[in-house]
Amino acid sequence: MVKLTVNKKEYQVDASPDMPLLWVLRDILGLTGTKFGCGMALCGACTVHLNGEAVRSCVTLLDRAAGQEITTIEGLSTDNSHPLQKAWIQADVPQCGYCQSGQIMSAAVLLRENPHPTDKDIDDAMTGNICRCGTYPRIRKAIHLAAQLQEGGAQ
Amino acid sequence: MSFHTEPASTSPALTGPVPASPGLPAPGKDKAASQQAFLAVYKVLMSPRCMNCHPSGDAPLQGDDSHPHTQNVQRGAEGKGVYALKCANCHQPQNTPGEHMPPGNPKWGLPPAEKKMVFQGRTPRQLAAQLLDPKLNGGRTKQQLIDHVTSDTLVLWGWHPGDGRTLPPLNHAEFAKQFKRWIDKGAYLPDK
Repeated sequence: MVKLTVNKKEYQVDASPDMPLLWVLRDILGLTGTKFGCGMALCGACTVHLNGEAVRSCVTLLDRAAGQEITTIEGLSTDNSHPLQKAWIQADVPQCGYCQSGQIMSAAVLLRENPHPTDKDIDDAMTGNICRCGTYPRIRKAIHLAAQLQEGGAQ
Repeated sequence: MSFHTEPASTSPALTGPVPASPGLPAPGKDKAASQQAFLAVYKVLMSPRCMNCHPSGDAPLQGDDSHPHTQNVQRGAEGKGVYALKCANCHQPQNTPGEHMPPGNPKWGLPPAEKKMVFQGRTPRQLAAQLLDPKLNGGRTKQQLIDHVTSDTLVLWGWHPGDGRTLPPLNHAEFAKQFKRWIDKGAYLPDK
C-alpha cells in the first residue's frame, strides 16, 4: 500500500510502485480530469503538480509520488475560482477540451513563478502542451487575462 | 678572429627554470602519449551521449543526430529548465523504458548558465584547455576531474542511456583509463 496525498486528501493506494501516476489518478482514484494523450511525455495532456512542480503523470511512477503532494486539475480550486479557470471561461478557450487540463496545470506553474509573463515567457512555459484544435491564440490571451485577474485588476 | 659571447645573464638557457636533464621531459611526462590519450577522450566527449547535454546554445540536444530538444525546452539559470518544462518534469530519476521515452537520472540537467561547460563546437585543444581550467570546470583539480569521469552518476549514465540510444565509442573503463593517462602523462593540450 502506498500513501498518496492528492488535492489535500490522503489515500492508501494498492498498486505497484512502478505504476505510472496517471493510471493511479484515473483508474484507482477516479480523478479523470487528467488525460492520457501519448503516454510518452510528448503532449502534456497528463500534466499534474508534484509538490507544486508540473510533472507528466504518464511517465511519473507511483513510487516518486509516494508521500508527496499531488494536485490535479480537480484540485486547482474547489469552485473554478482560480484566475486561470476564470480566464479560460471568459476567453472561451476550449474546443474539444482534451488538452485543456494539462494546459491549465502548466500555465499555473508559469503564473506562480512569473505573475507578469511576456509572450516569450508563455512560449517557454507552454510549448510542451499541444492542442490539436489549435486553441493556442486563446490560451495565450487567457494567460495574459489570468495574470491581470491575479493582480485583482481588469475584467 | 674574435668571439662575441653574450653575457651569461641574458642567455636564454639560463633565464628560466632549468630541468635536471635539459631537452628531456620531466619524469613520467610524455607529450605525445598524453595528447593521443586526450584524442581518444575527445571522441567520447563529443559523442551524443555526452555532447547533447553540453550544447553551445541554451537548449539541450537530443538523439544521435543531436537536434535541438523538442518542445522548446530551455537551459534556465540553473540548468534545470524553466516553468512547466523543467528537466525533472519529464525526466525521471531512472530511464523510462521503451524507445523515444525520456531517459532519466537523479541529476538530469545541463550545466548552469554562468558555467555552461560547452563541448559542442570545441576543437580538441579548446576542450582540453577548458577541462583543465578551474574557472571553467567547476573548480576541479586534475584528480577531481579523474574522479568525476570515473565515478559520477550522470557521467556513468552515458553508458546506460536507455532503449534506442547508441553508446559512446569507448566503453567506460577504457574512457576513464584514457582520461587518467592524459592527465598522468602531463595533461598536454593537443596541437589543434
